[in-house]
Amino acid sequence: MSVLRRFTNLFRRSAMDRDIADELQSHIDLRIESNLAKGMSPADARREALLRFGNRTATKEHVTASDTTLSLAGLTRDIRYASRQLRRSPGFALTAIVTLALGIGANVIVFGVLNAMILHPLNIPNPDRLMEIANEQPGDDNQSYPDFLDYKARNSTFSDMAAYRMGLTGLSTAGSAQITWNFEVSTNYFDMLGVQPQIGRFFHPNDEHGPNSAPYIVLSDSLWHNRFNADPRVIGTTVDLNKHPFTILGVAPKDFHGTELFFWPEFWMPMVNEEQVEGYSFITRRSSHGIFVIGSLKPGVNARQAQDNLNAIAHQMKRENPTDDDTLVARLVKPGLLGDTLGGPAKPFLAALMGLALLVLAAACVNLAGVFAARSADRSRELAIRLSIGSSRWRILRQLLTEAVLISLAGGLLGTMLSVFMLRALSHWQPISEYPIHVTVAADATTYALALALSLAAGILPGLLPARQVWRTDVSDALKSGSNSAKAIHRITLRDLLLGIQIALCALLVTASLVAVRGMNRSLHAPFGFVPSGVMIAQTDMHMAGYANKSALPVQRQILNSVSQIPGVTDVAIINALPLSGSGSNWSVYKEGTADLRASNSIMTPRVYQVTPGYIRAARTALLQGRDFTWDDGPQKPNVAIVNSTFARKMFGDRPAVGLHFLGGDKTKYEIVGVVENGKYEMLTEDPSPAMFFPLAQIPDATTNVLVRSNLSSAESASALNRALTSIDPNLPFNFRGWSDRLSPVLFPARIATASLGVMGLLAAMLAITGIFGMAAYTVSRRLRELGIRIALGALRGQLIRAALARPFLVLISGSLAGLILGVLASRLLAALVYEASPRDPLVLLGAVASMVLIGLIATWIPARRALSINPAQLLRQD
Amino acid sequence: MAKNDLQGTLDLLVLKTLDQNGTLHGYGIVLHIQSASNDLLRVEEGSLYPALHRMEQNGWISSEWSLTETNRRAKYYKLTPQGRRQLEAAQESFDQLVRGVRAVLRYA
Repeated sequence: MSVLRRFTNLFRRSAMDRDIADELQSHIDLRIESNLAKGMSPADARREALLRFGNRTATKEHVTASDTTLSLAGLTRDIRYASRQLRRSPGFALTAIVTLALGIGANVIVFGVLNAMILHPLNIPNPDRLMEIANEQPGDDNQSYPDFLDYKARNSTFSDMAAYRMGLTGLSTAGSAQITWNFEVSTNYFDMLGVQPQIGRFFHPNDEHGPNSAPYIVLSDSLWHNRFNADPRVIGTTVDLNKHPFTILGVAPKDFHGTELFFWPEFWMPMVNEEQVEGYSFITRRSSHGIFVIGSLKPGVNARQAQDNLNAIAHQMKRENPTDDDTLVARLVKPGLLGDTLGGPAKPFLAALMGLALLVLAAACVNLAGVFAARSADRSRELAIRLSIGSSRWRILRQLLTEAVLISLAGGLLGTMLSVFMLRALSHWQPISEYPIHVTVAADATTYALALALSLAAGILPGLLPARQVWRTDVSDALKSGSNSAKAIHRITLRDLLLGIQIALCALLVTASLVAVRGMNRSLHAPFGFVPSGVMIAQTDMHMAGYANKSALPVQRQILNSVSQIPGVTDVAIINALPLSGSGSNWSVYKEGTADLRASNSIMTPRVYQVTPGYIRAARTALLQGRDFTWDDGPQKPNVAIVNSTFARKMFGDRPAVGLHFLGGDKTKYEIVGVVENGKYEMLTEDPSPAMFFPLAQIPDATTNVLVRSNLSSAESASALNRALTSIDPNLPFNFRGWSDRLSPVLFPARIATASLGVMGLLAAMLAITGIFGMAAYTVSRRLRELGIRIALGALRGQLIRAALARPFLVLISGSLAGLILGVLASRLLAALVYEASPRDPLVLLGAVASMVLIGLIATWIPARRALSINPAQLLRQD
Repeated sequence: MAKNDLQGTLDLLVLKTLDQNGTLHGYGIVLHIQSASNDLLRVEEGSLYPALHRMEQNGWISSEWSLTETNRRAKYYKLTPQGRRQLEAAQESFDQLVRGVRAVLRYA
């Protein structure tokens, strides 16, 4: 009885008919035969058999009907009938399909991203055994290299453990250097992941014999294609990384891009060689936390056991290295999103966005339910006729459901196609141009299954509503012409309720998106502690041209000199890492006189910047007390620092900080010479955090950001800068961008949040418009006759409009109010999503009210026009 | 409460007939029921064939075209294991019906 057989039977309908006919004929023949045997005449035998059999056609019909096969044939008939019905009312079909497509599309897109970011594993063998070792504090996911070695050597729960970090390197082939993103990895990295090279070989632990012993690199497929024309002969040749020769060992597989979900490094190099490339060594410093550590769990070990095991080791390490490992507590997270630095905040946001998308779908469903209800009310007469001529209620219900399913499938298909298109665009999008980030989101089987399930649910539930009506239809009542139009007017109908709910949902979503837009606007104008507009940044890492930190300083001074000569340049300064750029480090500081410099004795861990004199002026950071650095604050002079006001308050309370001292982690004593205003350093959403500035001349750094404030256009200043800088050292790879531009990565989350909430709000607004429009148009069309009579009796335009549209407006107003109240109540949730978001903002409330009124006006415009243009004479004549 | 209706009774008769006789064609089933009931029960063809097809769709019986002793083509039915279980259930429920009806009649 398989469905397949029924299905094939469908096409063998005639064969089956013949089969049944044959069987019945054989029955008659058998009876004739036995009649003959009893001695009847052939004619009598035949007559008696036929009489006994009765109505052969009726029997045959009954047999056919009892064949379940035919319910499938009935289904195709239903489908054909339903699509004919839908073609006859294209407006209804189109509205329903588009409404659904929007709701489904929004959900599939959000789910696609959620799927790619959170549910999808890394593209490596056995990804579910892989864990990342982060620290206790969420967001603090980096380890130090010596700690990594201890964890790796002492644990009993991981089969292997590897380390990686992202780096930026000048890679030169045949003289020309290009800034290239890479992964510095421990030499067991590829072995642990179980990947195989597409050509050549990977490096292995036995290639490594201490610091700088393994000058090898492995190319990514894209680098191999773009820079080496996919030439297999590059294996064994050397390239220069920051002026040091490295041998190309092999090329990674095409789809392998390391252990970050959205980051595509250009090549991999052994971490033991980082000193050559970066100019300083972190692999021997236990206090330098800068690498990600991932491990592959042993079979049968769960994350809990592994974490306990690592914490036992952390405890030992704490005893052995009280200064550096004082606060070490391991926490296992899923790898792929910079530990969970990215995953941490992204998860609740995406979950909330998914919730909003479901709300949009709910609004679409309610909209659809209203449309279906209106339609079946209009068809009540047709349904009554069908009932009265003997159609069963179940049969009619099945018919209506078939229509609903057809619409939901069409809507789902359209929505899915739209979202697949959008997701594909998203995959090709490089959100932040200087990072090799690819948001590889593609709709997979799960996504399609979700789309199908959602569209069926979203189509069938609203489609079931009219079922109530089919059941209640009183045939004789429904057939009386002109009935039931007047009596429902003063009752709250199901349709009103549905529309009210829908508008409330839409008002909520519109409020949410306005809140987000306002929040974004505010965070763009929040005080950064510097003024980025009018500043061009020339960025380079002088390690790439072979400089060490110390030898870079004279060249940096030369750069400042020659740039300040450019006409139009008002200020120029150098800082090693820009605030809000994602780079930079934090150091622990101690009160003067602290003897035991372990981490738990430190007062705080402020952000560290090394700057040249003039930075504070060039950045337009307000100097609250004291002075800026001068070139006199040099290597042989007392160590000095400028701190921000949070630093000063945390270290010294209300005492004026200038002239006071503090200690760094290496017991160096610093004297505070100035106090500047607070700023934003890591994130826009951070609370006021401490920061300190040191003279570049005392703590040199070859990583160089030249800040140039000028009244030139950005193109002019970039070309003038380029000329000036090439004349100093043509080998230095500089890149130029406006400071505001450079901030795009920090603003990126806020922008994404705003864009996605904005789209949700827009979708909601569109749904509200179609919902109100549908209701208003329906009301007007149902009451055309009544309105015509009113006109004939001399009703004024205002009275007419009131009569026609009072109800939709009443529903609109109460729905909007409910939505606004919900929006205000949901303020906490929104505040968590978007920085600076507050729905208690009068502008937001005003905006939400205005949008809802506007939506109401747009949606009721056409029905109102129709009500006004009624020609009573013509109307009363017909029907 | 056992499910009891006339259709159920016809099903029961057909299933029992097939259980006793192995394979039979529709006409054979009519004859058997008639003779086994001493001419008390007469099965209408108009009910028998829809019932046969319904039972076949339910998987209780299976059918096959074959030749009669007189070399005539006829469709033969036989019980499936599922049909056998159905027969037991139907028999049980019929017994209940009879007991119930009898009890009521005696009481009145």
